[in-house]
Amino acid sequence: MARQMTGAKMVVQALKDHGVDTIFGYPGGAVLPIYDEIFQQNDIRHILVRHEQAAVHMAEGYARSTGKPGCVLVTSGPGATNAVTGLTDALMDSIPLVVFSGQVPTFMIGTDGFQEADTVGITRPCTKHNWLVKESEKLAETIHQAFHVATSGRPGPVLIDIPKDVQFATGTYSEPKAARVDHYQPKVKGDLDAITKLVELIETAERPIFYTGGGVINSGTAASQLMCELVDATGFPITSTLMGLGAYPASGKNWLGMLGMHGLYEANLAMHGCDLMINLGARFDDRITGRVADFSPKSTKVHVDIDASSINKIVPVDLPIVGDVGHVLEDALKIWKSRGRKVNKEGLAKWWAKIEGWKKVNCLAYTNSEKTIKPQYALQRLEALTKGRDRYITTEVGQHQMWAAQFLGFDAPNRWMTSGGLGTMGYGFPASIGVQIAHPDALVINVAGEASWLMNMQEMGTATQFRTPVKQFILNNERLGMVRQWQQLLHGERYSHSWSESLPDFVKLAESFGWKGIRCEDPAELDDAIMEMLNYDGPVLFDCLVEKHENCFPMIPSGKPHNEMLLAADAEAFKSGATLV
Amino acid sequence: MAALNIKKGSTSHSAYDLRDFHSEVERSHTLAVLVDNEAGVLARVIGLFSGRGYNIDSLTVAEVDHKGHRSRITIVTRGTVAVIDQIKAQLGRIVPVHQVIDLTTESTPVERELALFKVSGTGDKRVEALRLADIFRANVVDSTLESFVFEITGTPEKIDAFAELMRPLGLCDVARTGVAALPRGV
Ligand SMILES: Cc1ncc(C[n+]2csc(CCOP(=O)(O)OP(=O)(O)O)c2C)c(N)n1
Ligand SMILES: [Mg+2]
Repeated sequence: MARQMTGAKMVVQALKDHGVDTIFGYPGGAVLPIYDEIFQQNDIRHILVRHEQAAVHMAEGYARSTGKPGCVLVTSGPGATNAVTGLTDALMDSIPLVVFSGQVPTFMIGTDGFQEADTVGITRPCTKHNWLVKESEKLAETIHQAFHVATSGRPGPVLIDIPKDVQFATGTYSEPKAARVDHYQPKVKGDLDAITKLVELIETAERPIFYTGGGVINSGTAASQLMCELVDATGFPITSTLMGLGAYPASGKNWLGMLGMHGLYEANLAMHGCDLMINLGARFDDRITGRVADFSPKSTKVHVDIDASSINKIVPVDLPIVGDVGHVLEDALKIWKSRGRKVNKEGLAKWWAKIEGWKKVNCLAYTNSEKTIKPQYALQRLEALTKGRDRYITTEVGQHQMWAAQFLGFDAPNRWMTSGGLGTMGYGFPASIGVQIAHPDALVINVAGEASWLMNMQEMGTATQFRTPVKQFILNNERLGMVRQWQQLLHGERYSHSWSESLPDFVKLAESFGWKGIRCEDPAELDDAIMEMLNYDGPVLFDCLVEKHENCFPMIPSGKPHNEMLLAADAEAFKSGATLV
Repeated sequence: MAALNIKKGSTSHSAYDLRDFHSEVERSHTLAVLVDNEAGVLARVIGLFSGRGYNIDSLTVAEVDHKGHRSRITIVTRGTVAVIDQIKAQLGRIVPVHQVIDLTTESTPVERELALFKVSGTGDKRVEALRLADIFRANVVDSTLESFVFEITGTPEKIDAFAELMRPLGLCDVARTGVAALPRGV
């Protein structure tokens, strides 16, 4: 049924028709007509942020914890340019977002008008697709297409730039189902011949491994379940990238832990020594492969990905399967079962024996202290005291992020939100608010570094205003810890600008926004302090003063192969010589 | 381990892709990209090439189906097997791209380019320019007592050769359209 309405009203109507309940945004001249419509309705909740970058990260947190697209509304010019980091972050991590930006009226475009920016030009390389809508007649159709593009195939952020006169003008609103989307229909079914070949490889491999990534989570909870079924039924070991944590439970018996630069010894050595690598929805990122020429040299590699351009981009694979991980796994399981559920038992037993040997290295071991809180210890306590709770974790970027990935266990997908591809400091705090908005009763914790956290600290006001009881667990080493670590290991201990100088009093800062502030520096008091944070009904800023010079191990210096991984004990002996990337 | 040895010699229909991805040999490929003729589509294609560091040797674009709002972008690029495959996959990912056709793998395509050459000179040089133009089947589309503008169509190589010959004869300006290409046969 076609209806006449203004462009501004169409935006709100389309959001409702797509089942959107929340939009994160910040007003300005070029979006006032849309804000006027938001004012006059109650179906869509608007979360007023304090900076547009944070609006996008909140939408990312919302999207990643729900599997639904996140929505954002910003004004023209500075509103749109502030959103760019968030868009790039979402593009790198394949997070579905629909972002609306205001634009100067069509007749002013190109005149350097007040708050004019070439938003579609600026955001073209950091969105999956974007549109400048110059006629209100095309607006509804474009919004419907935008939701389709953001959520189909490999998900990603899209942006719709709407000039102010288009928001005022009246046009015809068309329903979502009338929108033309046939031109963008990524292939979800994998080639059956290729899947049969995969099953043949599964049946005979002696040293197999599943290497899984964010694609499994993006494919939906069914994909994670199918994957767990296949992993458990075959008895193969499984490792995952930073992005894929939780798709296979950390408590599962085949779990080797995360792989990559700061991944577990057993996971990286198993990747290096395997004869069959089954990559499900991961993309051979340089943080995973180390030196590509020496990456898993003896394995037959299978790569399942919905994005054909991810296949053979970095590592040439033997068996590419373009399709949705969930669909491919369903077919693979069916074929494998119908052929008698065969695996190479003898080979597998030997392979596991080898892996058990690597596990004995106990690569996450660290020297604990009674005087200072070790960051690893703080996370172990956080893990122990929150186990079994309905828990969501976000992180900032740095050492604390890697420790969180190593020491916290995730037993379900969509519970772990971290900036992987872009490594955006300032992501975690707003993301935690987005998660909390989507799950008001859940326990949402942002594991933060003090430096990253300051990058979007203005969002304290947002958390107070919208009563999101987010817990900010800052591992405060008064250092840009990850930078300091590289400088120590690779730059002759010249600590150029890696101190966090002039830090605020976090407790007072918390109180000034009506939050609870907790400071803890004594390991003996840590458990009580964490419990105080967990039991407090409201946002908490937890300043956990930790050891300042702790390094994060294991570590594969960039440009080195997996089998040249540094453990805590080797670090002393390590002589620089790695390339810095 | 023998069980994992994959038979060499795949075809385009086999599940295994066994072309030599490690080959360092670069080859020129002509790609036809069919796109929706919407604002910004060319910028997306060009931005992809510059953003990811691929070469563009020649690029032409024009609407080929007015009713269907379709344009055809013909790109001549260079790269190893792996790079060309990446370029095709990346192009295929752009939302308004409908089809990416590699005209160079199917067979050598029919390729034509149009060029205009301004040659100025008098006396013997002028006569020689006209004689060579005739051999190359170039047409005179503008003339003064001291200059000609020749129009020539052909493969890029033919046009390059013509330019070489015209240079000593007073070539002063060149305009080329870039390559238009279609596969041979049906
Ligand atoms: C926006 C941004 N700027 C710079 C960097 C580079 N960088 C990576 S980690 C890091 C230090 C982070 O310090 P902190 O948040 O205190 O975490 P820590 O490593 O100390 O745990 C920096 C500067 C980045 N990732 N993002
Ligand atoms: Mg720090």
